[in-house]
Amino acid sequence: MKKVIELKNISKSFDGETVLDHIDLDIYDNEFLTLLGPSGCGKTTTLRIIGGFETADEGDVIFMGENISSFPPHKRNVNTVFQRYALFPHLNVFENVAFPLREKKTPKNEIETKVHEMLDLVALTGFDKRSVSTLSGGQQQRVAIARALISHPKVLLLDEPLAALDLKLRKDMQQELKNIQKTTGITFVFVTHDQEEALSMSDTVVVMSEGQIQQIGTPIDVYNEPTNAFVADFIGESNILDGIMLADRKVSFSGHIFECVDAGFGEKEPVDVVVRPEDVDIVSEEKGMLRGIVTSVTFKGVHYEIIVDINGFKWMIQTTDFVDVDEHIGLYIEPDAIHIMKKSKYSGMFGDYSSFSNELDELSDAESEIEE
Amino acid sequence: MKTASRIYTAIIMLFLFAPIAILLVFSFNESKSLSVFSGFSLKWYKELFNDSSTLSAVKNTIILALSAAAISTVMGTAAAVGINKLRNKYIRAAMDSVTNIPMTNPDIITGISLMLMFVFVGRLFGSATSLNFWTMLIAHITFCLPYVILQVLPKLQQMDKSLPEAAMDLGCTPLSAFIKVVIPEIMPGIITGLIMAFTLSLDDFVISYFTVGNDFQTLPIRIYNMTKKTVTPKMYALATLIFFTILSLLLLSNLSDSSEAKPKRRRKDR
Amino acid sequence: MNRNSVKQRSNLIDRLVLAPYSVWAVLFIVIPLLFVAYYAFTDTNYCFTFDNISRFFTATSSITDIATGEAKEVHTYLLIFWRSLRLAVISTVICFLMGYPIAYIIARAAPKTQKTIITLVMIPMWMNFLIRTYAWMTILQDTGIFNGFLGLIGLKPVHIIGTEAAVVIGMVYDYFPYMVMPIYSVLAKMDTRLIEAAYDLGCNSTGVLRRVIWPLSLPGVISGTTMVLIPSISTFYISQKLGNGKFYLIGDAIEGQYVANNLHFAAAIALILMLILLVCMAVMQRYAERKAYA
Repeated sequence: MKKVIELKNISKSFDGETVLDHIDLDIYDNEFLTLLGPSGCGKTTTLRIIGGFETADEGDVIFMGENISSFPPHKRNVNTVFQRYALFPHLNVFENVAFPLREKKTPKNEIETKVHEMLDLVALTGFDKRSVSTLSGGQQQRVAIARALISHPKVLLLDEPLAALDLKLRKDMQQELKNIQKTTGITFVFVTHDQEEALSMSDTVVVMSEGQIQQIGTPIDVYNEPTNAFVADFIGESNILDGIMLADRKVSFSGHIFECVDAGFGEKEPVDVVVRPEDVDIVSEEKGMLRGIVTSVTFKGVHYEIIVDINGFKWMIQTTDFVDVDEHIGLYIEPDAIHIMKKSKYSGMFGDYSSFSNELDELSDAESEIEE
Repeated sequence: MKTASRIYTAIIMLFLFAPIAILLVFSFNESKSLSVFSGFSLKWYKELFNDSSTLSAVKNTIILALSAAAISTVMGTAAAVGINKLRNKYIRAAMDSVTNIPMTNPDIITGISLMLMFVFVGRLFGSATSLNFWTMLIAHITFCLPYVILQVLPKLQQMDKSLPEAAMDLGCTPLSAFIKVVIPEIMPGIITGLIMAFTLSLDDFVISYFTVGNDFQTLPIRIYNMTKKTVTPKMYALATLIFFTILSLLLLSNLSDSSEAKPKRRRKDR
Repeated sequence: MNRNSVKQRSNLIDRLVLAPYSVWAVLFIVIPLLFVAYYAFTDTNYCFTFDNISRFFTATSSITDIATGEAKEVHTYLLIFWRSLRLAVISTVICFLMGYPIAYIIARAAPKTQKTIITLVMIPMWMNFLIRTYAWMTILQDTGIFNGFLGLIGLKPVHIIGTEAAVVIGMVYDYFPYMVMPIYSVLAKMDTRLIEAAYDLGCNSTGVLRRVIWPLSLPGVISGTTMVLIPSISTFYISQKLGNGKFYLIGDAIEGQYVANNLHFAAAIALILMLILLVCMAVMQRYAERKAYA
C-alpha cells in the first residue's frame, strides 16, 4: 500500500505545554484512519498540523513524498470537515459547496454540474438555495462534507464531525461516512473521543494519550491486544490486574496461576493482565478459578453488568446469567481471554471498579463533549 | 402595561418631547415671539435658506462627518483585527485602556488636550493659527475610533474561529479568506461602527469647539454662534429640519432592521 | 521558505494591521494628554512652574451674598468646582430616580413596544445638544411658555431662568437618555427565570425587586451614572445659557481661560478635573466589583 501522509518526529507545544511529543505516523492510501483519545491528548492538534493550521515546532509532514511542513492550508491537497462545520453563514448551500471551485475560477457550467453531483452524493438534492442557518445539524454536516470533497482532495480530515449530533443521527452518519469513503476512495483521517465510533468505522485506529501514540492497529487488534493499561482502559471495559509472568504461557494473578497464550516475557517479570468483562464465565463457587461475592447487579438490556469482589479487587463482569447481590460465585477464564501487557507508565493508574458508577460515567462523557 | 406604568411613560415622553414640540411650533410663528403664537408663516424657513453661512456649515459638517467616519471605520476595523489577535495580555490591556480614554474622558478634556498639542506644534512651525480643517478632522477621527473598535471587536470574538480556516482549507489565501469570509461575518459591526462614527461626528460640539479653525465652520459651531446673540426663530426652523431628518433616518433604519430580523433570529436558534 | 519565516510573516501581517491605529493612538490620545500636564506646569515662556496649579487652589474673589448683601471672600475655583460637583450629583440622582422606573417599564413591555419606546427615548439624544439646551432656555424664560402655562391655570409666575434649578433641569434633560439606555439593556437581558425563581423561593414583589432585580441591574446603574455624571460635571454650555452665566461651572472655567487665551491655566484646571474624575471612577469601579462578588 502507498503512503499518502507521513508524520515524522512531530512535536508541538503551546505556551510551554507539550501537546505533541515526537509523533511518528504513516497514513496509507484509501484507508479510514481514526485518531482516538481523551480530550487534550493531541489528536486535534495532529489533525491541524496535517491541515496546515498549525506549524509543528519540530518534525516534518510528508505528503506523497513531498515535504509540505511549511505549506499554508490553501496549498495542501487536503480538506477539512470542521467540528462545528464552519459553514459560511452569508452564503447559501450551493455557494458554500461551490466555494472552492469559485476560488479556482472554474467555469460556471462546470461548477453547476459538480455541485449538483456533490449534493446528490450527500443526499441533499434540491437544497441549493437554502440558507445554511435553516438546516438541521445533520444537513449542515452533509453540506460541510460536500464542500470539503468537491475539489477531490487526496485526504479528508474530519475533526469530531459527529459530536454535535444526537445518538440516532450519529449512528446513521457513521454508516454514511463509511459509504462515502468507500465510493470516493479518499483517505479519511477522523478524530474522535468516542471509542465505539472509532471501532465501528475505522480501518486503522491510532490511540493517543498525553501527546504520544499509544497504539496503532486495526479495531480488532487494539481491542483484543491492547499494548498497555491506558489502551485497555480507554477502549471498552477491562479488569486490569497486577500479575507475574512465571514462564511462557503461564501467569499468576489474584493468587491463582492461569494458563494464557502470551509468551516472550522474562521470567518472574511483573506484567499488567487484562481480562475483558464479557470474557469471564460465571460458574459455581467450587468450580471457579477465582471466588468472590457479588456486590452489585445492573440490568443493561442485552446483559447484566455485575461487580464481583475478589479479595478486595472489584471485577466487572458482563453476563446473561442472572445472579443476586451477596451471592458467592466462582469465575472461570479461558486462556485466550487473558491478555498480558508489559508494564508502562500507565500501570496502576487504572485499577478495579470499586469507584464505578454508571451515573458518573455518563456525566463525564457529557462534560468532555462540551469541552471539545 | 399597567395604567400606572402608562401614565409614567406618558409623563416622561411629555418631558422629552415638549421642548422639541415647542421648537417645531414656534418655527412656524409669524412674529419673533417665542411664547405667543401670532400666526402661521414660513418666513423663518425662507430666511434660513438664504443664510449662506448656515448652509455652508451644513455642507462642511457632512464633509467632515463622512471623512471622519470613513477613515475611522477603516482604521478601526483593522485595529480590531489586530487587537483580536494580540496574545500578550499586557500589550492587550494597554491597548484596551488607551482605546477607552477618549470614551471615558470628558469631551472638554479631549478637546483641550488636542488643541494644546496643535497649538504647540503650530508654534514650532511659526504659524499664527494652527487650527484648521485638518486639526478638526484629526480630532473627529480620534474620538470616533474607539466606538468603531468597540463595535467590530465583539463580532470578531463571536465569530467561529474555524471560518477563516475553512476558507483557507478550501483554497483561499489568508488575504482572500479575510475578504470573502471574515469581512462578511463582521459586516454588521462595521456598519454599526460607521453609522455611530458618522452621527457622533455630525453631532459633536465640544471637541469641535476647541479644534475648529476660522476656515471651516460646522453646524454645531454655527448653532453655538447663533445662540450667542439673541436668537431668531430661524434657528428653530433649522432645529425642526434636523428633527425630521433624524426621525426619517431612524424610521428607515428600523424598517431595514425588521426586514432583516427574521434570518437573524433563526441563526441564533441554532 | 522555512517554517519560521511562515510564522514570522503571519505575525508581521497581524502587526501591520494594528500599526496605523497604534501610531494614531499614541500621537492623538496619549501625547495630547501629556501636553495637558506640560502646559499645566509651565508658564507662558514654557518654563516650569507650580503657579497654575496653586492658582486653582488659592485664587480668591469677593462675592456678594444675596441674602445679607455682605461681600465675602471665597476661593474662586474651589467654589466653582464644588458647585459643579454638587449640581452634577443632583442631576445624576434625578436622572436615576426618573430613569430607573422608565427603564424597568420598558424592559417589561412587549418586544414591539420596547423597541418603539426606546427609540423615542433616544430621539432627543440625536438632536443637537445646543438646540436641546436652547429650547429649555426659551421655555423657562420669565415670559416663556412655562410661566405662560402657570398663568393660564391661575398660578403666579416663577423665576427659574438663571437659577441653579434651571441648570439642573438642563442637565437632566440633556443626559437623561444616557441613564436610561444602560439600565434598560441590563434589565432587558435579565433572565426572567431568575425572577420566577425568587417568587418561587418565597419573595414578595418588593423582595424580588430589592434582592434580585436591583443587584443584578447594578452594572447598568453604574454605567448610567458615569455616563451622566461625567458630561454634567464638565459641561460648559448649559450653565451659560440656563444659569445666565451666573453659575460658573468647571467647564465654563476651562472654556473661559481658553477664550482668554490663557492656555496654561486652562490646562491646569483640565488636569485637576481629569485626575479627580479618575479617582471617582476608580472608586466606583471598586464599589461595583465588591457588589458583584458580595
